[in-house]
Amino acid sequence: MKLLKLVPDDTNIKFLKWRVPFFVVSLLLIAASWALVLTKGINYGVDFAGGQEVRVTFEQRAEAPIAELREKIGSLGYGDPVIQRFGAENQVSIRVRLPEEAESVPGAATEIGNKVIAKIQSEYPNVRRDGNDTVSGKVAGEFRNDAVLALIAAMIAVAIYIWIRFEWQFGVGGLFALFHDVSLTLGMFALFQMEFSLQIIAAILAIIGYSLNDTIVVYDRIRENLKKYRKMPVPELLDLSVNETLARTVMTSLTLLVALVPLLLFGPASLFGLTAAITLGIFVGTYSSIYMAAPLLVWLGVTSDSFVPDETVADRQERVARGEG
Amino acid sequence: MLEFPTWRKIWLWGLTLVACLAALPSLFSTAGVGWPDSLPDPEINLGLDLAGGSHILLEARADQVAAQRLENMEESVRSLMRDAEPRIRIGDVATTGGQMSFMLDNPADLDRARELLLPIVNGNGLTREWDLQVVDGQRMVLSPTDDGIEQAVSDAMDSATEVVRKRIDALGTREPTIIRQGDTRIVVQVPGLQDPDQLKELLGQTAKLEFKLVDASALPTDVAAGIAPPGSQIYNYSETSDFAGQTVAVRRLGGIRGDSLTNAQAGVDQQTNEPVVNIQFDQQGGAKFAKLSTENVGKSFAIILDGEVISSPYFREPILGGSAQISGGFTPESANNLAISLRSGALPVDLTVIEERTVGPDLGADSIRKGLLAMMIGSVAVVVLMIGSYGRFGVYATIALVFNVLMILGIMAGLNTTLTLPGIAGFVLTIGAAVDANVLINERIREERKRGRRVVTAIETGYKEASRAIYDANVTNFIAGVLLFLFGSGPVRGFAVVLVIGLFTSVFTAVTLTRMWVAGWLRKARPSDLSL
Repeated sequence: MKLLKLVPDDTNIKFLKWRVPFFVVSLLLIAASWALVLTKGINYGVDFAGGQEVRVTFEQRAEAPIAELREKIGSLGYGDPVIQRFGAENQVSIRVRLPEEAESVPGAATEIGNKVIAKIQSEYPNVRRDGNDTVSGKVAGEFRNDAVLALIAAMIAVAIYIWIRFEWQFGVGGLFALFHDVSLTLGMFALFQMEFSLQIIAAILAIIGYSLNDTIVVYDRIRENLKKYRKMPVPELLDLSVNETLARTVMTSLTLLVALVPLLLFGPASLFGLTAAITLGIFVGTYSSIYMAAPLLVWLGVTSDSFVPDETVADRQERVARGEG
Repeated sequence: MLEFPTWRKIWLWGLTLVACLAALPSLFSTAGVGWPDSLPDPEINLGLDLAGGSHILLEARADQVAAQRLENMEESVRSLMRDAEPRIRIGDVATTGGQMSFMLDNPADLDRARELLLPIVNGNGLTREWDLQVVDGQRMVLSPTDDGIEQAVSDAMDSATEVVRKRIDALGTREPTIIRQGDTRIVVQVPGLQDPDQLKELLGQTAKLEFKLVDASALPTDVAAGIAPPGSQIYNYSETSDFAGQTVAVRRLGGIRGDSLTNAQAGVDQQTNEPVVNIQFDQQGGAKFAKLSTENVGKSFAIILDGEVISSPYFREPILGGSAQISGGFTPESANNLAISLRSGALPVDLTVIEERTVGPDLGADSIRKGLLAMMIGSVAVVVLMIGSYGRFGVYATIALVFNVLMILGIMAGLNTTLTLPGIAGFVLTIGAAVDANVLINERIREERKRGRRVVTAIETGYKEASRAIYDANVTNFIAGVLLFLFGSGPVRGFAVVLVIGLFTSVFTAVTLTRMWVAGWLRKARPSDLSL
């Protein structure tokens, strides 16, 4: 049987040759992402913004009356509701923001929720209520803080681990790659105004996990090659390492994609955001492992001496005796 | 690496099979097949997002506990001083700024007063509950200690959790989960409950019932203007009562609290046909009620529920049997809710719903079906890709994947954890990690072969060299997963659980098990070349 080979043997792509332009582009992308996050803002779902989200199915219609719904729910006086289709044409989620002043009032979110549900049920008798989430401003604020805390804690803890297992340059490179991935994902969410919920936090952590996987596989090979080829210039050695692991990188990304794409196409609507974020993360994570994490090592000053075992006590005594230390 | 002693094989297979067997009850129940009762059946709990149901997060008002405590303190002080022999006269009682203070009419009573107060101040002996100060030799100031308040809030939350449990049990819903969370919160999860309104109504009711005398001396104009005579307090009538919108002056002290009830049942008044709640006092409460009604025949009293007057009948005659009837514009449902609330006792503190999530069962089932379908398609694609790329080694990887999935399910069932929607995505990711491990190993073996190593050495080196990266990658993911579990909540935790369990099982199946199979094959077939 002839086996598939996705990447030809002995690839010799000069990844590092383009490191400066790629790095500049990446930095610009990171800056653009943060600019987007700060100007357009993130479209927080009820988990993070507080308020009420009702999910309904219009059982006897082919299509949900979105415009009509917007008007009817809007007449309740809580501003324009966010109405999004999810899953089938006749399934929508209706999101009502909490008014600023309701943030501090206990029970305000629940009360608004009850009114929205009552309104929908009185206007559309044949609607199936699939669920609703009511989150008070206080809880939403805690979710936001917890999420930011979880992200930062995870990134730092992981960088420390890499530092311990490799060298400090690798820790910094890994951390920067993660920062890149998280920034670009957030930028994506700001750009397309996709709903940002608790599940997306799970997705971002999964992206961190996947990107780390990639980064570590490349780093592991760099560490190995640094020990093996003591004379090779570092950029060349990095290219060699990335090329050697390229077959694995492509194959793994591809297998993950073939598992994720069906989930995107046929999976439950509630998982779409999560799956989309992870899918995007596979590309971003792979890119950052190759174009951010590796070149940084050149600039941070990794040399072929980086993984030489620390000099022994005897060596040191000898050197001191010679008057060199 | 090729040496796999028999004991090690038995141990590895044993571990695999035990974990996989634990998954069977869950798989059977999903397929709708019965599982024999005689066998143990650890089953995976489906999260509310999959099974449908309601999740409610309640928060208590901690400041209320402090206020209530202060009020109780005032009553204790008054009765202690009144019952002292000879009586200690006090005046200028104030509860402001979170403190309670009063003036002794006679400074000579100071030592006796202090003696009387000591037991309350010291509390249960473990924590000092109040600080007692004497100002100007005559004024005594009691201020609550932080420890005391903390203890009081904690006690209040314990009993509030118990009250919530009783009320939900009275609704007859199946398998509710009621857990205290943090200092002032209670999580309530009721699988299958789609309309949480009755539940919320029931939990929103403090059910603090009081019987207090109406202050007949108050001028109607003052009452209407919200001015209470000394020793009285203005109350509003509840919206459901006959006097909605009006106010009444009620004597502040000397009433009876509803916490000495032994029973409460919804019923119908024989004469008016109105829904009512019949209550029954315990012996002590009954005696108090008898005394109150005997001394005040012909006077009117207020039945106060959660700070609102629901009715204000007259004592037509002394009520000696210890039972009474509460009326006040009830519907049959609200009478029933009140009866449940009164039976389960008053909440020591108000609870507010701060988060509520409800998922209809249709959506949950639909999600599972779609999720499973997508996973099946994805799995087939992965298998095709793996076997197409790595041949025999791809077959091993695939079998390892199947064991991986079964082991995750089995361990989850064994640990009694909950599978949520994001958990399904966690599954996909874990499969990715397992696939990556095999890809790393197989690509490395290819590489080593290309460098001209012999088959056995190439495989040996492949496993050894790849394991390092696999190990590092899994530890970092493990760190991320643990942090996700620690800082995340609800559905995110569901994701983290699957991820962390999956990391262990994927290393076990993708590295250890495949190595055992490869070693077995090598010993038997002794191939001189690899198709890889």
